[in-house]
Amino acid sequence: MTAVKTDERIQRVSLFTKALRRPELGALIGALVIFTVFAIVDTTGQFAQLQGAAGWTKFAAPIGIVSIFVALLMIAGEFDLSSGVMVGSAGLLMGNLISEAGMGVWPALLTTLVFAAFVGLANGYLVIKTGLPSFIVTLATFFVLKGVNLAVTKLLTGTVRVDGVDTGEGFDTARSWFATKIEFGGASFQVSVLWWIGFTIFATWLLTRTTFGNWIFASGGDPNAARNAGVPVARTKITLFVLTSVAAALVGCMTLLELRGMQAGQGIGQEFYYIIAAAVGGTLLNGGAGSAIGASIGAIIMGFAAIGIPYALWDQDWVSTFLGVILFLAVLVNTWLSKQAKGARK
Amino acid sequence: MNAKKSVDPVLELTGVGKSFGNVVALRDVSLAVYPGQVTCVLGDNGAGKSTLIKILSGVHQQSEGEFTLAGQKAEFNSPRDAMAKGIATVFQDLATVPLMSVWRNFFLGNEPKKWWKPLGILDTKFAKETAKTELMNMGIDLRDTNQAIGTLSGGERQAVAIARAVYFGANVLILDEPTSALGVRQSGIVLKYILAARERGVAVIFITHNPHHAFLVGDHFYLLNRGRMTASFVREKVQLDELIQAMAGGAELDTLTHEISVIRQD
Repeated sequence: MTAVKTDERIQRVSLFTKALRRPELGALIGALVIFTVFAIVDTTGQFAQLQGAAGWTKFAAPIGIVSIFVALLMIAGEFDLSSGVMVGSAGLLMGNLISEAGMGVWPALLTTLVFAAFVGLANGYLVIKTGLPSFIVTLATFFVLKGVNLAVTKLLTGTVRVDGVDTGEGFDTARSWFATKIEFGGASFQVSVLWWIGFTIFATWLLTRTTFGNWIFASGGDPNAARNAGVPVARTKITLFVLTSVAAALVGCMTLLELRGMQAGQGIGQEFYYIIAAAVGGTLLNGGAGSAIGASIGAIIMGFAAIGIPYALWDQDWVSTFLGVILFLAVLVNTWLSKQAKGARK
Repeated sequence: MNAKKSVDPVLELTGVGKSFGNVVALRDVSLAVYPGQVTCVLGDNGAGKSTLIKILSGVHQQSEGEFTLAGQKAEFNSPRDAMAKGIATVFQDLATVPLMSVWRNFFLGNEPKKWWKPLGILDTKFAKETAKTELMNMGIDLRDTNQAIGTLSGGERQAVAIARAVYFGANVLILDEPTSALGVRQSGIVLKYILAARERGVAVIFITHNPHHAFLVGDHFYLLNRGRMTASFVREKVQLDELIQAMAGGAELDTLTHEISVIRQD
């Protein structure tokens, strides 16, 4: 970009080809198309307004925050199927620490994040040490946590729900950080949207501008070559498992603060939304390529569907069907685009 | 090429052997590697070349014998240790990450940082410019270091790996079968870069099963057969025919030639 020596062959790489190389391009075009479609079929006249934006970002932010880190993990060649249930585990743990153990909200939040870091560490350590696919290891973690969530919640509260969080010390200040609303142009946005934007910028910087980001790409692209070049592949992957787990836990804590309580089944099934967002955003399922912005765009597309479908007065039940079709089409287009980009280069 | 013996070897093996359980992979191997020279290790499949590379690059430790580096006993526990001592290994097909750009591959594992180092912020401008000029110095002219390395030809990829090792101050460069998967022209390109590294004073260890390639660039030739060092030659005193004969085990090749000629007689 800056002061590149003039080389007549550089011109051969057109702007079009350059754009094709961006992994998030397919998702961006898809998002624009889907936005336009929902704006047309909209019956409320609000979908394309700020009120609509507040709606779809409210849905997309919690998915986006986790899917960014799920995307980084997938670029490094690993999956985390326990990221959805971790949202529930974190909310329930924090809730029980406050209402059952009488802890303050902030210490409970911190303890929960530390707990999540340990779960991520266990996931990563087991994947590296056993050499088993992370799909299996984290699937096991998923079921272990799912059982623990139900059993422990019932044991402590006698119900399948944790309540009474708002009596905890520091609840209001914590809520103002993680679960308040921000008025903007007559619409009220969730503060989680700011966290989401912040994490997108942070993860993009991490991925493209740091040593660690280089290691993420290398660990997923070719772990043997990476190891031969001196990249600490195991450490990189374990760190990403920890980050994913902590991001999921943060969303769990945000949800608890917003709802002032939590069901034991919260978060289950969300792991697929995260993976879909990452895949729609151009992250390769076998690792080595992808982007954080792409995952965020994937999350926005989900927000479009979740708000656009009821706004069009269609049955809400069609959201999942819609996402299934989008996932298939997006991965198909992304694969085609990356082939075009490669072909156009040589 | 003159003053061959007046320089001390940078790396030396004396009576090195390696066994895995009761399988002896390598026995009594001795060789000396000099700076600014190409040392070829020739051997057929199963001759023990891979085991030898793994000992030199720190993946395995020898079971017996001495391994010295610049006169000091070398003790490596990992390839990282070997790298820290200036031994770089370019593995046959495991040298680069295909989906990553050329400049990212060039600096992989040794990324240049700016501002406060522990933050690990990449100096991308420096990395791109350095990768381009360093590759240019080795005679590799790329139009764009942003392109994924997987889009380069096999020979160019090997060349990038060689340029990278040279840039990061390798004084011993081990090349594991760099030409085996390549066509004639591509092999030629790699051989040219081997000589470029040699010109820069690097001690190159060129491991191959192709005597033609070895003969073109080598200063010393060592032959491995069934885990043993069966012969060694210096450039001035060997002909290509001798090398091929020695490698195939002389008499064996004659027998084989005879057998084949019988079959093709019809």
